[in-house]
Amino acid sequence: MLALDTATPAVTVALHDADGDRTLAAAHQVDARRHGELLLPCVERVLEEAGRKLAEVTDLVVGVGPGPYTGLRVGLVTAEAFAAALGQRVHGVCTLDGLAYASGLDEPFVVATDARRKEVYWARYDDARTRVGGPAVDRPAAIEEQVAEVPSVGAGAVLYDSVFRGVRRDLPTEQSAAALARLAAERLAGGAELLPPRPLYLRRPDAQVPAGYKVVTPR
Amino acid sequence: MADEPLVLGIETSCDETGVGIVRGHTLLADAVASSVDTHARFGGVVPEIASRAHLEAMVPTIQRALDQAGIAASDLDGVAVTAGPGLAGALLVGVSAAKAYAYALGKPLYGVNHLASHICVDQLEHGALPEPTMALLVSGGHSSLLLAPDITADVRPLGSTIDDAAGEAFDKVARVLNLGFPGGPVIDKYAKEGDPDAIAFPRGLTGPRDAPYDFSFSGLKTAVARWIEARRNAGEEVPVADVSASFQEAVTDVLTRKALRACRDEGVDHLMIGGGVAANSRLRAMAEERCAAAGITLRVPRPKLCTDNGAMVAALGAEMVARNRAASAWDLPADSSLPVTEPHVPAPSPHHAHDHDHVHETSRKNLYA
Ligand SMILES: [Zn+2]
Repeated sequence: MLALDTATPAVTVALHDADGDRTLAAAHQVDARRHGELLLPCVERVLEEAGRKLAEVTDLVVGVGPGPYTGLRVGLVTAEAFAAALGQRVHGVCTLDGLAYASGLDEPFVVATDARRKEVYWARYDDARTRVGGPAVDRPAAIEEQVAEVPSVGAGAVLYDSVFRGVRRDLPTEQSAAALARLAAERLAGGAELLPPRPLYLRRPDAQVPAGYKVVTPR
Repeated sequence: MADEPLVLGIETSCDETGVGIVRGHTLLADAVASSVDTHARFGGVVPEIASRAHLEAMVPTIQRALDQAGIAASDLDGVAVTAGPGLAGALLVGVSAAKAYAYALGKPLYGVNHLASHICVDQLEHGALPEPTMALLVSGGHSSLLLAPDITADVRPLGSTIDDAAGEAFDKVARVLNLGFPGGPVIDKYAKEGDPDAIAFPRGLTGPRDAPYDFSFSGLKTAVARWIEARRNAGEEVPVADVSASFQEAVTDVLTRKALRACRDEGVDHLMIGGGVAANSRLRAMAEERCAAAGITLRVPRPKLCTDNGAMVAALGAEMVARNRAASAWDLPADSSLPVTEPHVPAPSPHHAHDHDHVHETSRKNLYA
């Protein structure tokens, strides 16, 4: 199982052996502006390190966001193209679920990532495996009541720690493809359906119907 | 294999998701998914809408092209993709898809230049390009005169627009006339009913001291808008057909005049015209007349190959393979402002031999004339 996620500033890739429940190799690089350049070399490194070929992979797991658009699409189109070229199964997983799973928390908490434009992508969980609300995109101040007093994880919580007052800095803040793969493997083994590899943008594209035609004749 | 490479090409620089497959100079498939209808109500291409549409359409369009060509992906000799110039987010979808396909299939990747691809597509229509090729590329995004002694390694910009692209001028004039978006086809249609000499619109940058190969369409666009506004302010009817015909005449007059002058100056006896505006019927007719009078052979691909498409990228990719050009690296970036002097983006060589060659080549003018 090959997992990848480009919905956050991290490019993260992991090769996971679902039967043995172990990560065979993983790569992780953080650069929000270079997802497109970093992803394929990361995949190549991970496969080389594990001594495997992409054709041996049976299942692809891809983070579907929410995430700022440009980077998010890199992971999705890569997973889809691999799957189409080699006939693999491709499964989508909510990126925030990966962070929740990696936290290992066993109590209600929230996950928040940076959505830029002074907003966060966030979701509520009962425990590391169970999302009970979201994902959504909001200004931190607008959700203060819901997030201030519970534990929180993720770069969005760290960034707005005056709102996310229960931020757990001791837990992973960055997305990990290894965690994403383990979560996906666990869900698949339990007979659960995963998501299609379609992006969770949560925002409409910025586009405005132009106001009427502008006259050029000087008055 | 080297003579007739089988190459898949992906183009996502603007609003068309194009995937083409060629074998050498033979077109096997040309699949396009367009998001133009979604952009129409915004009066122009919205980058984020285009990028989203590319992601939706990318893999299905590749599958469709493979089916159309009746080949298996494993038969390919390479995967080519537009690395730039274009909309950054849109390019990135195609570049990422191309890398993933090439890597999964174990094939070389060729990141190629969008403009050089517009020229190279003519090989699918009229066979091998003459060397050098003089090319006039006109579309909503570009208006350039290029001299290409070797389409895979040496493309020289002679001139380009200093303001609006030719296609942009069509869109803007169509908007003033309330004809919708895109403007090219509808103006072409109205112009057929109109008199091209009805209104004497200005010919930009055609004075004796102006740059001989550069274009300017902004002044023309404003002149047309003012003329229409004057009519409207006077409460008179705007003669849409005559305005369309006269505007179109001004654009095509300048384009063909400068292209022919470049051919004469550089001693080139062929002219290639490509890009979306090359589908314009008046541009084609005028270029034919003027080329015939000047003894220059005109090469214009069929309209579907002039607009953005994957076949043109595949055509240039096939030429890269045929000429043993170095493949691109897996960290190939999508470069929204890739210069036209870089027909492709090879993996950096340890000796940097290619880069040095390039500088010298471009500074030595008229090498082949
Ligand atoms: Zn173009």
